Amino acid sequence: MSEHEYTPKSKVGKWFNDRLPLLTLANHLTDYPTPKNLNYWWTFGGILTFCLITQIVTGLVLAMHYIAHADMAFESVEHIMRDVNYGWLIRYIHANGASMFFLAVYIHIFRSLFYGSYKSPREIIWIIGIIIYLLMMAAAFLGYVLPWGQMSFWGATVITNLFSAIPLVGEGIVTWLWGGYSVDNPTLTRFFTLHYLIPFLILGLVVLHIWALHVPGNNNPIGIDIKKPSKDTVPFHPYIVIKDGFALLMFMIVFAFFVFYTPNILGHADNYIEANPLVTPAHIVPEWYLLPFYAILRSVPDKLLGVIAMLSAILILAALPWLDTSKIRSAVFRPLYKQFYWILVADVLILGYVGAMPAEGLYLLIARVATAYYFLHFLVVLPVLGFKERTMPVPLSITEPILGGSPNLATVKNKDGLKNQ
Amino acid sequence: MKNLFRISFFVIFILIFNINSNAADKVEYLKTEWSFKGPFGKFDRAALQRGYQVYNEVCSSCHSMKYLSYRNLVQRGGPEFSEAQAKAIAASFEVKDGPNADGEMFMRPGRLSDKFVMPYENEKAAQAANGGAYPPDMTVLVKARGGGVDYIYSLLQGYEDPPAGVTLDDGVYYNKFMYGNKIKMSNQLSDGLVEYSDGTDATVEQMAKDVTTFLMWTAEPHLETRHRMGFKAIVYLIILTVLVYFSMKKIWSRIETKV
Amino acid sequence: MPEKETKKRRDFLFTATYAVGAVGVGAVVWPMIDQMNPDASVKALASTEVDVSTVNPGNTITVLWRGKPVFIRRRTQDEIAEAKSVSMKELKHPEKDEDRAKNPEWLVMLGVCTHLGCVPLDQKGDYNGWFCPCHGSHYDISGRIRKGPAPTNMEIPEYKFVDANTIKIG
Repeated sequence: MSEHEYTPKSKVGKWFNDRLPLLTLANHLTDYPTPKNLNYWWTFGGILTFCLITQIVTGLVLAMHYIAHADMAFESVEHIMRDVNYGWLIRYIHANGASMFFLAVYIHIFRSLFYGSYKSPREIIWIIGIIIYLLMMAAAFLGYVLPWGQMSFWGATVITNLFSAIPLVGEGIVTWLWGGYSVDNPTLTRFFTLHYLIPFLILGLVVLHIWALHVPGNNNPIGIDIKKPSKDTVPFHPYIVIKDGFALLMFMIVFAFFVFYTPNILGHADNYIEANPLVTPAHIVPEWYLLPFYAILRSVPDKLLGVIAMLSAILILAALPWLDTSKIRSAVFRPLYKQFYWILVADVLILGYVGAMPAEGLYLLIARVATAYYFLHFLVVLPVLGFKERTMPVPLSITEPILGGSPNLATVKNKDGLKNQ
Repeated sequence: MKNLFRISFFVIFILIFNINSNAADKVEYLKTEWSFKGPFGKFDRAALQRGYQVYNEVCSSCHSMKYLSYRNLVQRGGPEFSEAQAKAIAASFEVKDGPNADGEMFMRPGRLSDKFVMPYENEKAAQAANGGAYPPDMTVLVKARGGGVDYIYSLLQGYEDPPAGVTLDDGVYYNKFMYGNKIKMSNQLSDGLVEYSDGTDATVEQMAKDVTTFLMWTAEPHLETRHRMGFKAIVYLIILTVLVYFSMKKIWSRIETKV
Repeated sequence: MPEKETKKRRDFLFTATYAVGAVGVGAVVWPMIDQMNPDASVKALASTEVDVSTVNPGNTITVLWRGKPVFIRRRTQDEIAEAKSVSMKELKHPEKDEDRAKNPEWLVMLGVCTHLGCVPLDQKGDYNGWFCPCHGSHYDISGRIRKGPAPTNMEIPEYKFVDANTIKIG
C-alpha cells in the first residue's frame, strides 16, 4: 500500500485523511495496478462480492418476516411467498442466489487451479478462500433447513448425524447440536442464529482475502511476476471496474432467468412438503453444489472413514500450495498439468453426477474410482508433475514477451503486444 | 468474447446436468397444453374459476387448502372472482371464531380475510377419516411433486384395474402414475360430475385440467407478475449490458490491450 | 474524426450508461423498501365488526382494531348535553360534537393520545373525559383536547352501524 504517497487536494480532505486515511484507502483501491491481460475468468471475484451482498441484503429482508419456530417456519415462508410485498421475489432471489454463489465460487476456484494462483506468494489468499468456501457450505446447509420442509428436516438429520461417526463423544455431540433427541425446534432456532451470523464472518474474511490479494497483487493468465505499476498494468478504475461490471451483468442475466422463469428447478420438490419426523422422503439428495462431496462420503463403506474422506477432500485443498511442486504457475506453460487439470474437472463433475444417483451397482463403482482419482490427483500427480514435467519457456513480461518460437504464446492474451513489436 | 461463450457453455452444462440428476423417476405423463407455461404464460381465468368449482365440490371434502384465503380469489392474476362473488363464497362457509365475551368459541359466516376452512380439525382427524392416509394439503401440492402439474393432471386420470398378479388391500387403488402404483385415494372424477356454470362440458379430462390449473395458481399466486417482471428485468439487463459493453470498449481503447 | 466530436459521443455513451444503471438500482431498491409496508394479510384485516348490544349507557368498551385500541362509549344524556354545550372558542382544535359522533349516543374513537401515542385513561382528568398518564393531556367527553401537550383531538376512525347492535370499524 505504500508504493505511492497520497495527499488529498482539499484542506478538509487532508484534515480527515490525517486522522482516518479512508481517502488513501479509496485512492489505493482505484489506482490499484492490475495486470492488463486478465481474462474473463478473473471477473468472478467481483461477481462473488455481488453474490455475497445480494444474499446478505435479501437475507436481512427475509429475516424480518420469517419465524424460526418448528410449528410456524413453513407457514411463514408461505406467508412471505404470498402476502409480503415482493416477498416471492426476494425469497426466490435468496434461494437461487445460493446456487449462483456456488456456481461462481466453483469457477473462481477452478480458475485458481488452472492458473496456479494458489502458489507462492499467494498461499494465504488461497487458504482464506478455502475457509470462506467451508463457511459458505455451512451457511448454505443451515439456510436450507430454515423453510422446514421435508428435505430441510431430513437433510439436517443426516448431516448432523455425520458427527455421530466420531468415536466415544459422537453421540453426545449430536445430541448437543440438536438440543434434544431429534432435530426439532431448538435445532431450528440455533440453525437460524448461525445462518444469520455466518455471512458476516464471510464478509470479514472477504476483506482479509482482498487485503491479502493486494499485497502481492493479482496473478495473471501467463502466471509471471510483473512490475507494478508498469506497462503491464492498468489502474483498477476504470479499466477493471467496467470489465467486471460487464461480466457481472452477463451473470445477472443468467441469474434473472432462474429467478423469474425456473425459480424452483434447483431446489427439491420435497421441500414444499412440511417437515414430518415420521416419514423420510424416497430420495435424500443434497443441493447440487454439495453433490461431489456427498458422492465421496457414500463411496466409503465405513461410517467414520466416509466422513473423514469427505472432510479431507475439502481440507486437502488447503495444502495445495505445498502439494504442487512446480515453480511454473500458469497451466498455459505446463502441457501435462493442463491435461490432468481437465481430467480433474471431469472427475469432479462425475462425482457430482453419481452423488445424485442411488448409491448402488455401477454408480457406486464409478463413485469409488472417481474418489480415488480425486485424492490421487492432489497427493501423487501434482507433487510428481512438478519434478517430471517439461514446461514451456515463459515470457518475461506481458507487453514485451522476450521470447520467440513458443507456439503457446498465441493463446496467451497478448496478441497486441506481439503485433506491435 | 470467446471466453464468454465458454462460460455460458459451462452454465448450460451445469443446468442440463442438474435437470438430469433430478429426473430420477421416468414416467411418461399425459400431455396437455398449459397456458401458464413459458416466459409469457398467463392463467386461463375461466379455467381457474372452473378449477375452483372442482376443488370446492370434489377435493375440498378431504383436502385442505390452508395457506389460501378467500380474499385471494379476488386478487389480480388469480381466478379474479368479483368481490361480491368472493364474499358470497366466503360467507357460504362457517368459520370458528372467538373467544367471545363469555369465553366461548362460536361459528360465524366466513369473511374475505379468513383462510380457507379446513375439512378436518387436524391431521390426526384427517387420517382417522381416511383409513390412516393423510390427504395432503393442496396449496403448494403442485410444487411438492417432482412431476408438477403434469403429474397431478395424469394422476387424476391414471386409475386402472390392477394388472394380473397385483393384489390390492381394502381401500387401496391402482394408479399407473402414482409412485409405487398404489394410492389410497379412489378415483374421484367421472364425466358430468360437476355442472360448470359457463356451459363447458365437464369431462374427466376437462375437470382434471381445470383443477390442476387452479392448483398451479394456489401454489404460485404471483406467477403472472413474475413472468411480466422477468421479461422487463431481462430486457433491461440486456440493454444495460450492451451499453456497458460499448463503454468498456471505449475505455479500453485508450490502451492497446483488447478486452 | 475530429477530437472534439469523439469526446462528445463518448460522454453521451457514459451518461446513458449511468442513467440506465441508476434506473435499475432504483428498481431494485423499491422492493426492499416496500416489503416493510403492511402486507396483503394485514391489509385484509383492516375492518372489524363489534357487537355493542351489551354496552350500557355510561360505559366504555375497548376493542382492538389494526393493533390499536378503539374506545366505544355509550354516552348518557347528560354527557351528550355537556359535549354539545362546549363553545368552539374554548377548544384548541375546534370540532363540533355532532361531527365527531354521528349518532350522539355512541362515541367511536381511536383510543390513542395524539401527543405521543399512549392510551388515555377513561373517566379521568379535568373534563370528565379521558386523561393521558404519559404527559398529562386532558380530553373531554367528546374526546377533544382541552389541556396538555397533545396537539389535536383523538381521531375518529371510519365506521358505520351495520345494524342497530353492530358497528363495523374500518
